[in-house]
Amino acid sequence: LYNAKVGIWLFLASEVMLFGALFSSYILLRIGSPDWLYGSEKHLNVPIGTFNTAVLITSSITMVMAWASLKLRDFDKYKLYLGLTVLLGLVFMVVKGFEYRDKFAHGLFPATHTFYAIYFTLTGLHALHVLGGMAMNAYLWGPGSKMWRTDPERLTNRVEVSGLFWHFVDLVWIFLFPVLYLL
Amino acid sequence: MDAHDTAAFRKHIRQYIGVFVALLVATVLTVAVSYVHFGAEDSHVGNVTVALIIAALKAALVAGFFMHLVSEKRSIYTMLATTGVFFVALIALTVFSFFDSPGSHDALTHPRAAEEAVTHGH
Repeated sequence: LYNAKVGIWLFLASEVMLFGALFSSYILLRIGSPDWLYGSEKHLNVPIGTFNTAVLITSSITMVMAWASLKLRDFDKYKLYLGLTVLLGLVFMVVKGFEYRDKFAHGLFPATHTFYAIYFTLTGLHALHVLGGMAMNAYLWGPGSKMWRTDPERLTNRVEVSGLFWHFVDLVWIFLFPVLYLL
Repeated sequence: MDAHDTAAFRKHIRQYIGVFVALLVATVLTVAVSYVHFGAEDSHVGNVTVALIIAALKAALVAGFFMHLVSEKRSIYTMLATTGVFFVALIALTVFSFFDSPGSHDALTHPRAAEEAVTHGH
């Protein structure tokens, strides 16, 4: 067990509490609201949400394959898989951007309804995490990958730590998707 | 990594691909069951329960295999168990506080009834 791994798990523990606070807010707002929005009343696109879920799940497998490639000493495959992970993160963000634009075009803002207030807060915070993960992975794909020549084991550990964060972001979305789009 | 380790590691990779397929199937399942109504006609409890069970299974797959929690060190488990306790307490206390505030439940779900109760001094 190396220090960075303990560090990332402690950080993820604090992230669980951050998202936990917002999930409990969601529960409170939902059970307390006399006119909560259900199904088509939300004007959320379920096929697009499903597509984005599949995109994040795919990015999780490419992330773990990037780490596995380093373990197998295959640097070219590492670059390929991590590059794909960053690209899939970008696809997720572009799709989310279109969804937001569509909401704003229809006059649906956080102030429009309690549902949209928590929808934009949760998805917005999640999107910031996707951006953070993309930045870290892009660094490890580009300038950070030079470490392969000097300290390959350390780079492998860095990729594992970055992957733990990326999988956590996927894990949060696994709950956000049904809670916001389907229920 | 010697030849034996490499072979063992490739087994892990096949496992990752299996988890990936299971996650995609579970995503389709989540969407499919959302079109079926579970439980009482005017209640969403059944659907919420089913959706959260599927989400929890998917999360367990991600955490267990992609995040390697199936074979992690004891100190990490201790850390996560502590987080789990605080997470459950956070959710439970929030929900309990909602049902424990006198009048607040009525005020939110039946505003008129709550208003009348105040007017009549109840």
